[in-house]
Amino acid sequence: MKRTSTDTIRREGRVVHRRTPLLTDAHMHYCPGCNHATVHRLVAEVLDEMGLQADAIGIGSVGCSVFIYNYIDIDWIQASHGRAPAVATAVKRLNPSRLVFTYQGDGDLAAIGTAETIHACNRGENIAIIYVNNSIYGMTGGQMAPTTPLGMRTSTTPQGRDARLHGYPLDICRLLRRLSGVGFMARRRVDTPRHIRTAKQAIREAFECSLAGRGTAVVEIMAECLTNKF
Amino acid sequence: MTEQTADLLKGNEALALAAIRYGCDGYFGYPITPQSEVLETLMAEAPWETTGMVVMQAESEPAAINMVYGGAACGRRVMTSSSGPGISLKQEGISYLAGAELPALIVNVMRGGPGLGTIQPSQADYFQAVKGGGHGDYRLIVLAPAGVQDMADFVSLAFDLAFAYRVPAMILADGAIGQMMEKVTLPPWRRRLTDAEIAERYPWAAVGKPASRSRNVLTSLELDQAVMERKSLALQERYARIEAAETRSEAYLTDDAEMLLVAFGSAARIYRKTVDLARQRGVRLGLLRPVTLWPFPTQAIARLVGQVTSVLVVELNAGQMVEDVRLAAGGRVPVEHYGRLGGVVFSPDEILEAALSQWNKTNRK
Amino acid sequence: MQNQRTIETLIAGFGGQGVLSAGKVLAFAALYGGREVSWMPSYGPEQRGGTANATVIVSRDAISSPIVSTFDAAILLNRQSVSKFAGSVRSGGLLVCDSSVADAAVARPGVDVLSVDAAAEAKAAGSARAATMVMLGVLIGRTQVVDPARVAESLRHVLPPRHHDLIDVNMRALRRGMAIAGS
Repeated sequence: MKRTSTDTIRREGRVVHRRTPLLTDAHMHYCPGCNHATVHRLVAEVLDEMGLQADAIGIGSVGCSVFIYNYIDIDWIQASHGRAPAVATAVKRLNPSRLVFTYQGDGDLAAIGTAETIHACNRGENIAIIYVNNSIYGMTGGQMAPTTPLGMRTSTTPQGRDARLHGYPLDICRLLRRLSGVGFMARRRVDTPRHIRTAKQAIREAFECSLAGRGTAVVEIMAECLTNKF
Repeated sequence: MTEQTADLLKGNEALALAAIRYGCDGYFGYPITPQSEVLETLMAEAPWETTGMVVMQAESEPAAINMVYGGAACGRRVMTSSSGPGISLKQEGISYLAGAELPALIVNVMRGGPGLGTIQPSQADYFQAVKGGGHGDYRLIVLAPAGVQDMADFVSLAFDLAFAYRVPAMILADGAIGQMMEKVTLPPWRRRLTDAEIAERYPWAAVGKPASRSRNVLTSLELDQAVMERKSLALQERYARIEAAETRSEAYLTDDAEMLLVAFGSAARIYRKTVDLARQRGVRLGLLRPVTLWPFPTQAIARLVGQVTSVLVVELNAGQMVEDVRLAAGGRVPVEHYGRLGGVVFSPDEILEAALSQWNKTNRK
Repeated sequence: MQNQRTIETLIAGFGGQGVLSAGKVLAFAALYGGREVSWMPSYGPEQRGGTANATVIVSRDAISSPIVSTFDAAILLNRQSVSKFAGSVRSGGLLVCDSSVADAAVARPGVDVLSVDAAAEAKAAGSARAATMVMLGVLIGRTQVVDPARVAESLRHVLPPRHHDLIDVNMRALRRGMAIAGS
């Protein structure tokens, strides 16, 4: 096969893909098929397109995405498990001109961090929350999360989630959307190119909402954990 | 908010007013007796309208300490205050502050425990403050105020030390100091640092990444053992420097002392009078007050141990600091403990009796 | 007692009787008079009705301990306080107690015991709610621990502005107490 030089491509072809400038060269540790990689890229693209690299402060959480600070090239603060909205609250109040956002999973946000999530949203903190919900604890090996659907088998519900034993799945966004402090809320998927585009648009609107001071912006991404599917 | 000369203030009020004057950027707290006046005073003063200081009532103590963590990670001078039960809830956050090498001020106005305990004064959180409290190998700089003036003065001292070494610092007070009123001269006003000054002075802070530097990441996580060991050793080396340079204690009539009292915080304040009373009875008592509980004034105590026949450690607990005094004394003289628990505060006369009885016992032998 | 360099006082009673506030009035009057002063409360969980006491030390010198076990003067407003603290007044000291509980106060040789119907005296001064100020007047009248002229200034500081209309009646109660003390 004849080799085509980059110059030739530039001259003759059209660019269909370029490397996202705000993604670092670090090798991502995610499992094959993990949606985190996609969502990371969307966040990085939106930050880049909005010109926010120098103005963004990201708050990482505990879970599979704990190493997000290795992948997106902005300043990061690593929060303890569940407390990212509290950390973000102070960061935003002390740096009102900055875009302050958290990146959290469902175990972090909807279990151990429920109080911080609800109260940050209720105060209407001008932060954005990127909430990746894969309905399982991925990093620790596939245990039941508050979001795990009834009947789903996990390492701590080997017979399937039973409401009598484990209660019902928690749809935390249904709670949050009733709070007066929430300025923007969207639930998206990243399973098809079209869904990925709408997810990116939601992330962009969330960032715009918090920069405009219209209250807390929440984007829930419905995700899959292929590794821990039983 | 005029320049004041001397005022009569509660310890909690003095602490709050001193924080505003110091140029503190943020306070994040949750109500608990006996320190709620800190948050109340700050809210009444409304410093966000004058200095720009942020004051927030958080939804819980874990939220409050994590707000402090966020503020500290941006290079801001931020603080929280609580009492025993709340400080226990904050231990996770304090460990993260230590692990991410973040400077911050935590104030514990101690009450009796364990559990919900009592709201009366106590010094039962010495171990928690000095020996760790949270998980992992870390230290806090711990300052023990002995009166309301110290509550005002230690805010700047604690912040300055915390930022000099990038470690969290704690003011370990108790309900007596928080609640009592004394004459106090508030510290002079200092200006808050600007965003540009913070970016320049604290190049590690997460304030938004300009093109001119690589990204700042504030984290305590490191999964590579070799790297984690290097990081941990570097932290220990910093603690050694703090021990060498920042140990503080205060001696009262120790030059000719034949017997030594060791007490910290409000106890040290009360027992100055015991020393006076004992000397009236012909016993040359001296008092050593550790001002920094960590780093502990081991050397100062070891020096005095050479000249006295016995040491009495007086604490409002079941015997905590006495362990560090015994280490310092190295078995050369008897080191006894006298304590009251549950919020009972003893009077100078009670300690005088304890001291005289120990004196008689030691000198009969 | 006027010639003592340090005067250690205690005010004790129920919460809601203005015990801590009376202590503050005394403390700020001492501050404005240029004295060293400490105010040490016992604090209970209840906002009203629990027992409360305040130790106020006024001195010409720096105060070493804000906590003491014996007192030069005490105002005891209820039975619990009398049984707990009557014995803590030093010989040569002053004990001011409410006449409703005076029977519980054991006569102590060498202690000046004054029993006052605080509520009735306060009512005569204009408000039954100023009872504790009558007692403070008795203590100040007997001990001269502070300059009574400083008390009005102190009340302005201690009372919230919405209660500044009560300064006059409180001062009348204070003066009535001083008259009872014979000064």
